[in-house]
Amino acid sequence: MDIVKLTIDNTPVVVEKGTTVLEAAKTVGVDIPTLCYMKLDDMEFENKPGGCRVCVVEVEGRRNLAPSCKTECEDGMVVNTHSVRVVNARRTVMELILSDHPFECLVCAKSGKCDLQSLAQDLGIREIHYQGEKSHYKSDHSPAIIREMDKCIMCRRCETACNDVQTVGTLSAIYRGFNSVVAPAFEMDLDHTNCTFCGQCVAVCPTGALIERDHTWKVMDAIIDPKKTVIVQTAPAVRAALGEEFGLEPGTLVTGKMVSALRKIGFDYVFDTDFAADLTILEEGTELLGRLSKFLAGDKEVKLPILTSCCPAWVNFFEHHFPEMKEIPSTAKSPQQMFGAIAKTYFADQLKIKREDLVVVSVMPCLAKKYEASRDEFAVNGDPDVNISITTRELAQMIKNANLKFTELPDDDFDRPMGESTGAGVIFGTTGGVIEAAVRTAYELHTGKELDRVDFKELRGMEGIRSATLDFDGLPINIGIAHGLGNARKLLEDIKAGKSQFHAIEIMACPGGCIGGGGQPYHHGDVTVLKKRQKAIYEEDAGKTIRKSHENPYIKKLYEEFLGEPCGHKSHELLHTSYFDKKKKIEI
Amino acid sequence: MADIKLPANKVQELRDICAKFNHEKGELINVLHAAQGIFGYLPAEVQDIVAEELNVSVAHVYGVVTFYSFFTMTPKGKYPISICMGTACYVRGAEKVLDEFKRLLDLKVGETSANGDFSISCLRCVGACGLAPVVTVGEKVYGRVAPEDVKGIIAEYK
Ligand code: SF4
Ligand code: SF4
Ligand code: SF4
Ligand code: FES
Ligand code: FES
Repeated sequence: MDIVKLTIDNTPVVVEKGTTVLEAAKTVGVDIPTLCYMKLDDMEFENKPGGCRVCVVEVEGRRNLAPSCKTECEDGMVVNTHSVRVVNARRTVMELILSDHPFECLVCAKSGKCDLQSLAQDLGIREIHYQGEKSHYKSDHSPAIIREMDKCIMCRRCETACNDVQTVGTLSAIYRGFNSVVAPAFEMDLDHTNCTFCGQCVAVCPTGALIERDHTWKVMDAIIDPKKTVIVQTAPAVRAALGEEFGLEPGTLVTGKMVSALRKIGFDYVFDTDFAADLTILEEGTELLGRLSKFLAGDKEVKLPILTSCCPAWVNFFEHHFPEMKEIPSTAKSPQQMFGAIAKTYFADQLKIKREDLVVVSVMPCLAKKYEASRDEFAVNGDPDVNISITTRELAQMIKNANLKFTELPDDDFDRPMGESTGAGVIFGTTGGVIEAAVRTAYELHTGKELDRVDFKELRGMEGIRSATLDFDGLPINIGIAHGLGNARKLLEDIKAGKSQFHAIEIMACPGGCIGGGGQPYHHGDVTVLKKRQKAIYEEDAGKTIRKSHENPYIKKLYEEFLGEPCGHKSHELLHTSYFDKKKKIEI
Repeated sequence: MADIKLPANKVQELRDICAKFNHEKGELINVLHAAQGIFGYLPAEVQDIVAEELNVSVAHVYGVVTFYSFFTMTPKGKYPISICMGTACYVRGAEKVLDEFKRLLDLKVGETSANGDFSISCLRCVGACGLAPVVTVGEKVYGRVAPEDVKGIIAEYK
């Protein structure tokens, strides 16, 4: 290992060759401010356009100030990160950026969480000495994401997320200089493009230029409507992150407080998407075993590997980019949609109300779920199975609107029947969780034997692509896992080339799985947050008495009273779907 | 991808050019130049094909097309006016000539007049440096053009 020695702010520093000044400074407790730069270590995601120049430092002997995020350490370098010259330059840069920014902080959805705003405060900017024309660009309101390009500072983090991490390629910088913005091809609105609505661009945008579509007011409208019964389902990943919005440590589980809050907000029933996740496992697991036994019987037509289908951004991705493979994924709907379909039939019947009078709200870590809920095939006579989908961030907003002191709320429990879930349902929230849950059930259904351990540690972790071979009582089952659409693409290309020999593959669009979803509290580039959320999810699983989906008593009852058997006639009608070739559908 | 309504022979020509450039991402600008040469402009469908052939996103292609002013997405006018911006023409005042065309026709570079008659574009050296500054209208070449001549040139086509 080659080593470089230098001084930063009078402190000697020794680092590996190739380290940037920015990173070297961190090792001695000096936090140089950055704006465009972003690095998410585990995801091999680095955005380093060197464009904003907020991170400049003075290097002795150099005429020009150097952007520390792009400047490599050299032997003998003497760096000053806060000389008068540096501070002045940094302020000038910041004032110039702000001079082309709408002053809408008071009413901006990103306020309080905006990197631009907090940087302006950290630098103590109180006045802007430059005045000029401000750039204007049309805003774009898709079903899930709003683009307000007047707030764009051209850091291009979203491009890195969309093109490099997700390999979707929806966004690109267009035009030049003052007129440049980030936009889809031909400046179409997002819902006419190949956007998957994964929301990873929103997750990394430092400003309010990219935000989710706010549906909280729709929820309140439904709650105050006396004719409506309003029920809510909460996705597994929400409970592991919601606390962050109220100052709790990342990884604090807030399941009980969340249920309390939802009740106080006024939902008639508080249910759990984890229940539907258990249901998904029975359908998807049965489908896997069905395909597998056909395959073992020598059927050459059978489609293997089976790919999970519970992530709607991933569904959008293969519909747009790999439509020729649309028969391979499981036909099982996502837990959100299974919940909706059961709520609007089974549960509405129990309450003896019409489906139109039942409003299903979902709280998701996800922006793609907003889009998914609006898909035509998930509605009956124009009445959607899931009426409104809000994000973890939006729920936090509603809790604040209801004047609740979240951290002081008592723990409460979900309602029955659709609030009962197993540990298997919970782990849906993290990469590797869906397939582990499926394995717990598929193993027992296939072998007829009880598992002696339910933890499949070999399926857990944070690497982008993972694989493991499990022993199904003498039958080796090859499992693949990918999270982040770029990794999914690699796996799909291997399958297409006939290189991979998997039986089942789990794919999640977001890095980390749903815990890193586009609707979660912002992590501002700190990926350790995702690991803490992941830990919390496995903790909740470990604490459950029932940890296998097929042992959920309310799921058993649902099959007995209503559905019949997994993958049976009624299941097919309510819980399965089919996919579309969207490659041709992009309008120009 | 859009349903392609472009002439099949021209599309084939474009695909051949992409093949000639080995479908290299790095050749995007050259491919777009060639494409504009074939079609006269770069409609969305052409950008789609280029993206597909070079395996880059359409958004990226569009980003490049909008970044450089010599690419245009509007079809040329009936009388396409091109002003050479090569070095020789530039130093002899091509920019003033261009400004005059823009002023008199009230058009920007890459735009076509509402009635479809005129469009303005800029060219790289057309190989007639001895005549600099050079302007072409359709096939016709005008040499040693001064800003004062512009009015007369336009009048020929009105
Ligand atoms: S939501 Fe995902 S696919 Fe769509 S533009 Fe953002 S990063 Fe790209
Ligand atoms: S939209 Fe946001 S992430 Fe993208 S370039 Fe603009 S400010 Fe950066
Ligand atoms: S991984 Fe989860 S949060 Fe991300 S798009 Fe898929 S379902 Fe939504
Ligand atoms: S953070 Fe270094 S240039 Fe923007
Ligand atoms: S520079 Fe204009 S013809 Fe050569």
